[in-house]
Amino acid sequence: MSWRVNVRILPRAGLLDPQGQAVEHALAALQFPEASNVHVGKAIALDVAAPSAADAEAAVRRMCDKLFANPVTEDYEIDVETGGAA
Amino acid sequence: MIRVAVVRFPGSNCEPEACRAVVRAGGEAFYVWHRDADLSGADAVILPGGFSYGDYLRSGAIARFSPIMDAIRRHAAQGGPVLGVCNGFQILCEAGLLPGALARNAGLKYLSRPVDVRIERNDTAFTSAYEVGEVIRIPIGHGEGRFVASEEILDELETGRQVVLRYAGSGRADAPGNPNGSVRDIAGICNREGNVVGMMPHPERLAEAVLGSDAGHRVFTSLVAWGSIVGARTE
Repeated sequence: MSWRVNVRILPRAGLLDPQGQAVEHALAALQFPEASNVHVGKAIALDVAAPSAADAEAAVRRMCDKLFANPVTEDYEIDVETGGAA
Repeated sequence: MIRVAVVRFPGSNCEPEACRAVVRAGGEAFYVWHRDADLSGADAVILPGGFSYGDYLRSGAIARFSPIMDAIRRHAAQGGPVLGVCNGFQILCEAGLLPGALARNAGLKYLSRPVDVRIERNDTAFTSAYEVGEVIRIPIGHGEGRFVASEEILDELETGRQVVLRYAGSGRADAPGNPNGSVRDIAGICNREGNVVGMMPHPERLAEAVLGSDAGHRVFTSLVAWGSIVGARTE
């Protein structure tokens, strides 16, 4: 089975996120006062061959810990969907 | 004579400056390619600045998997001196050879400017020719130089005397302290053993008087002096 996996990587909560702050200030200047708590990170999408969704998630978690995210500065979330390219 | 390997990654910069600074200090310097599997018998290693692998993903995130890194790990484990400058510092943190990480500058801008840094310890192979407390002005050139670590790690760094360089506010407008928001004004650290040192400023860029200052020169005379002490011991 192949799974489509989406990884969201965001600056670790509580760490200074100057990019998120700059975007938040821009939103305020553009008259979006309803926006707050803005953070900017990155998204990684990949297909993973694995027998189950849980296996796919476990594999991607290892990829996050080894490569995709820096454990000192970043947090990540993983979503596994069906429908990766076979 | 001490033999110093300067590692070249795709996107490295200032490697000729690093070699020249070593040679001017009385050592021998040569390049090793990041795909090499050994350090050609080097006594010390310098990881230069630049933008290895285009800073893809994060600064240093991909360079840390280069084949040469295994050789550097072995060299460091045996107590061999390793200096990472700028991107080299980022690579050493990503590789786990130094604690913490370098995040986007607090002001978001890429900064290319002189900074004043205070020497916090002079018992490393790269700072022995300076006085503790001495403030030197050397250049930075980075977009991701904001040192961050957990409070726990920071306290460990302080108690273990692992902070080697700190940004020093001189009070002068042309070189204010802490340019990038680094926690505790940290500009350079070392590992527990003190043989692996990383710093964001570039001493090799300002290491001869013809450039207006040779404030960085003693990083390299320190290393050459270390080499002669170790050489004398092993002979």
